Amino acid sequence: MYNSRQRMAEDDETQEPELSDKQKKEIAKWFLLNSPAGEIQYVAKDIRSVLNDDNVYNAAASEAFPLYNKSHLMCLKMPGKSEDVLVTSFGEIDENEYLDPRTAQVVTVDHVKQVCTDVRPASDEELPSPYIEDYRCALDAEIMKYVNEAYPKGICSVCCVRGKDVEEPGPDFELVVVISAARHSPQNFCNGSWRSVWNIEFKDEVQIVDVRGIVQVGAHYFEEGNVQLDAKHECKDSMLFQSPDDSAISLTNIIRHHETEYLAALQASYSNLPDTTFKDLRRKLPVTRTLFPWHNTLQFSLTRDIAKELGIGK
Amino acid sequence: MEAAMGLMRRMPPKHVETALSALLSLMPDHSSDLLSQVDQPLQVLCDVDCGKEFILCEYNRDADSYRSPWSNKYHPPLEDGPYPLPELRKLEIEANEVFAIYRDQYYEGGISSVYMWEDENEGFVSCFLIKKDGSKSGQGRRGYLQEGAWDAIHVIEVAPEEEGVAHYCLTSTVMLSLTTNNELSGTFNLSGSIRRQMNMDLSVADGHLCNMGKMIEEMEGKLRNSLDQVYFGKTKEMVCTLRPPSELLQMKLPDS
Repeated sequence: MYNSRQRMAEDDETQEPELSDKQKKEIAKWFLLNSPAGEIQYVAKDIRSVLNDDNVYNAAASEAFPLYNKSHLMCLKMPGKSEDVLVTSFGEIDENEYLDPRTAQVVTVDHVKQVCTDVRPASDEELPSPYIEDYRCALDAEIMKYVNEAYPKGICSVCCVRGKDVEEPGPDFELVVVISAARHSPQNFCNGSWRSVWNIEFKDEVQIVDVRGIVQVGAHYFEEGNVQLDAKHECKDSMLFQSPDDSAISLTNIIRHHETEYLAALQASYSNLPDTTFKDLRRKLPVTRTLFPWHNTLQFSLTRDIAKELGIGK
Repeated sequence: MEAAMGLMRRMPPKHVETALSALLSLMPDHSSDLLSQVDQPLQVLCDVDCGKEFILCEYNRDADSYRSPWSNKYHPPLEDGPYPLPELRKLEIEANEVFAIYRDQYYEGGISSVYMWEDENEGFVSCFLIKKDGSKSGQGRRGYLQEGAWDAIHVIEVAPEEEGVAHYCLTSTVMLSLTTNNELSGTFNLSGSIRRQMNMDLSVADGHLCNMGKMIEEMEGKLRNSLDQVYFGKTKEMVCTLRPPSELLQMKLPDS
C-alpha cells in the first residue's frame, strides 16, 4: 500500500526519549488487562516478544494476571479432584489462595500459568459459621440447579463476603453469587464469556433482602478482522427475609428472571441492528432505493446544484 | 512486527488509538510500519479558507501539515509541499464533489475527502475517506445510538490504461463502533474493524471516477453486510451458545 515513507523518515530526527522500565511495565500491563476472555496467554506471548525484556515482562505479568483472572472469574480444575473452582476476589484468602465454599477446600493458584498448584482443606476460621452456611449452602444448591439448566457450560459459586462469623439472627450479612460461562474456540477465531455477579444483602433488622446484579457479556470474532461485543447490565431487586431454603428458592427465581430478561434484551438489540441502529451509521441503500448514479453526469450537475442550494456538503 | 499486529487484532477496537500509541512508544524503530499497517479512527481539520472540514490521513500529509481538498492548501502553511498535477487536481476536485453527494445519500451527514497523487509507475493513487458520527448528539438521525462512529478508508491504485482498459486495485478498511444504552439492555457496544481488497479491470469509457465510485459503493455494501451478518452475527451466536434462549431450554426439560 502506498504511503509517504520517505517523508516519515525525515521526521525521525526528533527521537522520543527512551521509556523507563516502569513505563514499559505499565504499558505491558495495559495490554494484558485488556485481553478478551480466553486470550491473555496469546496476548502475553505477543507483548513479551514486543517488549524484548523478560524482567519487565515478568513484573507486568505478575501484576496483571491476578487482576485479570479474578475479574474474569477464572475457572480452574482442582488438583486430584473432579470439581472446578472459581478464582474470584470474593473467595480470595490471599493473593494465591482461594476458597471453594462448596467443597470447603482452599486452592493455591499460579496466576501466570493459570493453574492450581495445590489444594488443602479449609480451616474453621476460613469457613462461615453454621448459621451462615445454612443460607449459603441452600442458595448454592438452588443456583447450581439453575446454572446446570440454563448454561451448557456454566460454573457457579456462592461466597459469604460479609458477616461470615454471624452465629444467630440479628446482624446483617452478605452473600455473593458468581456465575461464569466461557467459550473458547480459537480455531474458529471466536471467544466469548458471560459473567454474572449477584450481591445479596440480608438486612436482618428490616427483614429485607436486597439484590444487586451485574451481568457482563463479551465476545470476540477475529477471522480477517477484529469485532468485539462488550455488553453490561445492572439491575436491582429485593424480597422479604426468609428461611434458608425459602430464600434460596426466591433468590434463584429473581436471578433467573433478570438473566432471562437480559438475554432477551440482548437478542432484541441484535435484531434491531440491520435496519435500525446500523442505519444511523450508514444506510443499506439511499432513500431512492437505487444505487448511486455514478455514470450519469447530468444527474450530477443537477444534484450538485441541488446540493449547493440545500447546503449539503458543508 | 507480527507480534504487534497480533496484539492489534485482540485489543478492543474502541481502544485502537491507545493501543497504537503504546506500540509506537515501545517500538519506535517500527513507527513507519505500524502507522501504515494499523488503521486508526480518522481525524479532521477545518479549512479556514473555505469553512469546510477535511479528513486527515497519511496521503494528504507532509511533515506536520495537511492539504485540504477544498482549497488545495496545506494547514498549517508549507513552503513547498507536494501537490497533484493540474490534470489530476481537476479529477480530484470533481471526485470530492461527487463523493460528497454519495456520502450524503448513504450516510445522511458525515464528512468526506478524496486525495489523489501520481505514483512512480505513471498511474495514480486515490484515497476516498468518510467519517460519520452517528451518535444522537452527532448526526444520528434516529437517535438510537449513544455513541456511533464509522470511519472508511478506500485506497485505489490505478495502473495506466492499455487498450482502453485500466486496472484498479482497491483496499478498503472500515472501522466502526456503536453503543446503545437503555434500561432494559444496559450498555451494548459492538465495535470492530475489517479490511478487504478488490481488483478489477474496467474500460475507461465511463471515466475513472465512475469506475472507482462503483467499486467503492459495491465494497461498502459488502462490508456493511458482512459486518452485520457475519461479524456481529458471530458474536450473537456466541452469546446464545453461552446461555441459550429459554425456548431452546424448554425443549430439554422432558429428559430430566
